[in-house]
Amino acid sequence: MITQQPLLAALIAMVGMALVFGAILGFAAIKFKVEGDPIVERIDALLPQTQCGQCGYPGCRPYAGAIANGDAINKCPPGGQTTVNALATLLDVPAPELDSAEGDVSDIKKVAYIREPECIGCTKCIQACPVDAILGAAKQMHTVLVSECTGCDLCVEPCPVDCIEMRPVDKTLADWKWDIPAPLDKRLAGLKSTDIIATDRVTATTGNRAA
Amino acid sequence: MRKIWDIPGGIHPPENKKQSLSSAIAPVPMPDHLILPLNQHAGAPAKPVVNVGDQVLKGQLLAEPGGFISAAIHAPTSGTISAIEDHPIPHPSGMSAVCMVLVPDGRDEWCPHHGVEDYTAASPTALLGLIRDAGITGLGGAGFPSAVKLGPKQPIDTLIINGTECEPYITADDILMQERADQIIAGVRIIAHILGNPDNILIGIEDNKPKAFEALEAAAQSSSTESSATGSTIQVVEFPTKYPSGGEKQLIQILTGKEVPSGKLPADLGIVCQNVGTTVAVYRAIQFGEPLISRVTTVTGEACTGNGNFEVLLGTPISHLLQLNGFDREQCGRLVMGGPMMGFTLTDTSVPVIKATNCILAGSHREFPPAPPAQACIRCGLCAEACPANLLPQQLFWYAQSQNLERLEAHNLFDCIECGACAYVCPSNIPLVQYYRAAKGEIRKVETEKKKADHARLRFEFHKERLEKAEADKAAKREARRLAAEAAQAKVQSDGESGAAPTAASTGVEDIIQAAMARAAARQASPEEQQAKIERSIETAKNRVKVAEDKLADAANGQFEAEQLDKLRAKVEDARLKLAEAERRLVELINAPAAVNSEAVASKLQASPRELLQKNIATIQQRMATTESKIAEATDEAIIAALRTGLEKQREKLSQAQQELAQLGDADDQPVEDKPALDAAAAAIARAQAKAEAMASLSPLEKLDASLDSFDQRIAKAQEKLASAEAANAEHVDTLRSALEKLQAKRAETARQRQQLIDQPREQ
Repeated sequence: MITQQPLLAALIAMVGMALVFGAILGFAAIKFKVEGDPIVERIDALLPQTQCGQCGYPGCRPYAGAIANGDAINKCPPGGQTTVNALATLLDVPAPELDSAEGDVSDIKKVAYIREPECIGCTKCIQACPVDAILGAAKQMHTVLVSECTGCDLCVEPCPVDCIEMRPVDKTLADWKWDIPAPLDKRLAGLKSTDIIATDRVTATTGNRAA
Repeated sequence: MRKIWDIPGGIHPPENKKQSLSSAIAPVPMPDHLILPLNQHAGAPAKPVVNVGDQVLKGQLLAEPGGFISAAIHAPTSGTISAIEDHPIPHPSGMSAVCMVLVPDGRDEWCPHHGVEDYTAASPTALLGLIRDAGITGLGGAGFPSAVKLGPKQPIDTLIINGTECEPYITADDILMQERADQIIAGVRIIAHILGNPDNILIGIEDNKPKAFEALEAAAQSSSTESSATGSTIQVVEFPTKYPSGGEKQLIQILTGKEVPSGKLPADLGIVCQNVGTTVAVYRAIQFGEPLISRVTTVTGEACTGNGNFEVLLGTPISHLLQLNGFDREQCGRLVMGGPMMGFTLTDTSVPVIKATNCILAGSHREFPPAPPAQACIRCGLCAEACPANLLPQQLFWYAQSQNLERLEAHNLFDCIECGACAYVCPSNIPLVQYYRAAKGEIRKVETEKKKADHARLRFEFHKERLEKAEADKAAKREARRLAAEAAQAKVQSDGESGAAPTAASTGVEDIIQAAMARAAARQASPEEQQAKIERSIETAKNRVKVAEDKLADAANGQFEAEQLDKLRAKVEDARLKLAEAERRLVELINAPAAVNSEAVASKLQASPRELLQKNIATIQQRMATTESKIAEATDEAIIAALRTGLEKQREKLSQAQQELAQLGDADDQPVEDKPALDAAAAAIARAQAKAEAMASLSPLEKLDASLDSFDQRIAKAQEKLASAEAANAEHVDTLRSALEKLQAKRAETARQRQQLIDQPREQ
């Protein structure tokens, strides 16, 4: 009977499949519902967590949220180009240059330093510090816990006696690393053919041209 | 013959080992000073246990391990610690680190030390402790603390001794195996005992060291015949020379065919690998109690006239060794610590020999020509063929160039042993290993930064949470205060409703009154407390006076000098003053409330019913005045009517009050005799008020008439007085006369005003 009605058969088949897949999709949408916004978490994990606000947002997480909503990824000077590259890889977009308008771009890591004899103990820097890295009490000298300082420099501005400065962290053996060789095109620039082609080269020992 | 396996890749660079093998291990004359870096090993730096200026003996502990992965440092000879300061150390960075500087005294005097008589009777743990105390680290090049490596948690079934020494130029292990084979075998036995006598004990040697192989084979044979009962046989295995078969993982693969998985340790496969030099150090530490204070180091290269191996005290400056071997700086193209493949360039010859220094290579310009310029990668794939770790060097190179750290890790960059085989075969002369080292450093840096960032995030979140909590606490307190205030108001309201029925508007006022009363009550309680406090202070002051007087009495007996006596006297005086002050305060306090009370009572008493009534009358009059003005202003009939009735009522009240006052006035005169002045004043006030009232009700013309009358009276009186005064010839006649003149002038003025007032209507 149904074989004689190909149109009807096709219709029934299509509707049946639509119902079945619709049910599966509906079930999956409820069963595997994603809580929160995982992309914000992943972006936040790449940001340097200095909470410095140089991006124009009050902390790293708000900036992560803004990036997820389409803001530029190159507004984080503390993270540097490395962070921009990592974000570009994560979001699968071309990596832009770091936007230097957002603040000082410097590879040198800095931490806050309080010139202790000048400190009057006003606690303003303590309130400004987003990671509780400044130790002190009212009318007592304050000091920076170097291991906790993120170098966000938010404490510099509130100081009424300007006794806080950002000092570069000394390089130690522990964080020393080999430098990457200069890019090939830069190293080849300015070289003559005699520098490159072996048979043109003057040997060190004989001073004559190699055969 | 044991089956051997092959490793992938590998290269065959010129060996250059013959130069330094012509002579036996030679001693080195004592240098002027020894420099002992606190971090000669992998892991945490050692912590000094001696101070600058201390005299130390050979073998004495100078610094103890600074952590689990760390090693002790001992004095290589007797002498004085002249400094503990920053000094350049042998490190690719060329940076400085904290070093101890020891100035030898030339006596080379040992501190008391003794070995273990029978190590087979000692527990492995005790022996490991001795090895740790002796500061032994791997002498192959990496400098990993041996006690850690020899104490794995996993069961060990294979012990491999590394005598491969695959790097060109280096012969330190070769000569050691040739000359001290028996010590090596003895050390192997001790290590085997510590590891619980593993089934397989293998010594791997490349076939380019036949003399070493023979020596070790012979030593192993005699050892196994000697102690066949204990332990398994030691197999010395020879295999074809190929660089870099001396790498730990590579040697394991050659000898056992097993590949150490990525990210795992040989111990995970039940294998422990040790360098031959380390076995000798272990032997000397256990047998004689000698810590690791010297090692065999190869000094070679064309820039040195003499090449050979030396028994060098740790801390010997490299310049001392080079000088000994006729080093020519002009000839030297590159000074390297380690081998030509994996070593690093030294920029400073003042750096010392450390535990991991197996070779000093002073290469001439011919041996180490300047690196030819790198060219583009041509994707030839030679590097992948040469890689002993089965990596893809050119892929790693691309990713390292573009800093794609994720892809680098995905391509197992950390399995690269940095052997340099890829760079050796590269036709484009690309310094590949440099890229890998830089990339590894970058990845480690990113990881530490990530850890720091996570830590900072935690702290930031905690900071935020803390602020929010403080804010919430404040808000809760505010809310609680608000609720309490509301409840109190409600209570007052309900009290008021059940009581005398004050209106809703008056509850606020009552609140204030109640609060004031409560405050007053609280204050009333305080004088008692104050009194108690003052009494207490009097007690203490009395005590103090007593103590001071006692002291003074003692002092007066002649035990003290005049100055002290004065001081004591001053003290007594001071104490007495304090006592007097306290007593005075007490008296004040007792009198004060009485004074306040009496005043209040007096004012209340003085406020007689008469005065109250007068006040009442004044208020009513005022009210009437305002009502009248309101009536004048009002336009609405109803309001005017209401105001009028109010005015009527007030009038009634006024007349009532005045009546009462009149009655009271009659009654008052008799009983209140003691206050005539007060009554007189009250009467005067009443008269003045009555007058003012009368004045207010009069028209201006009448007012002026009245004032004229009064002027006439006063002038009459003044004339009388003047007359009597003139008669008596009194002094104030002039005054009286001028007063009379003034009165007359005023009267004239008033009369003029009156005339004007009368004339005005006519003019209009």
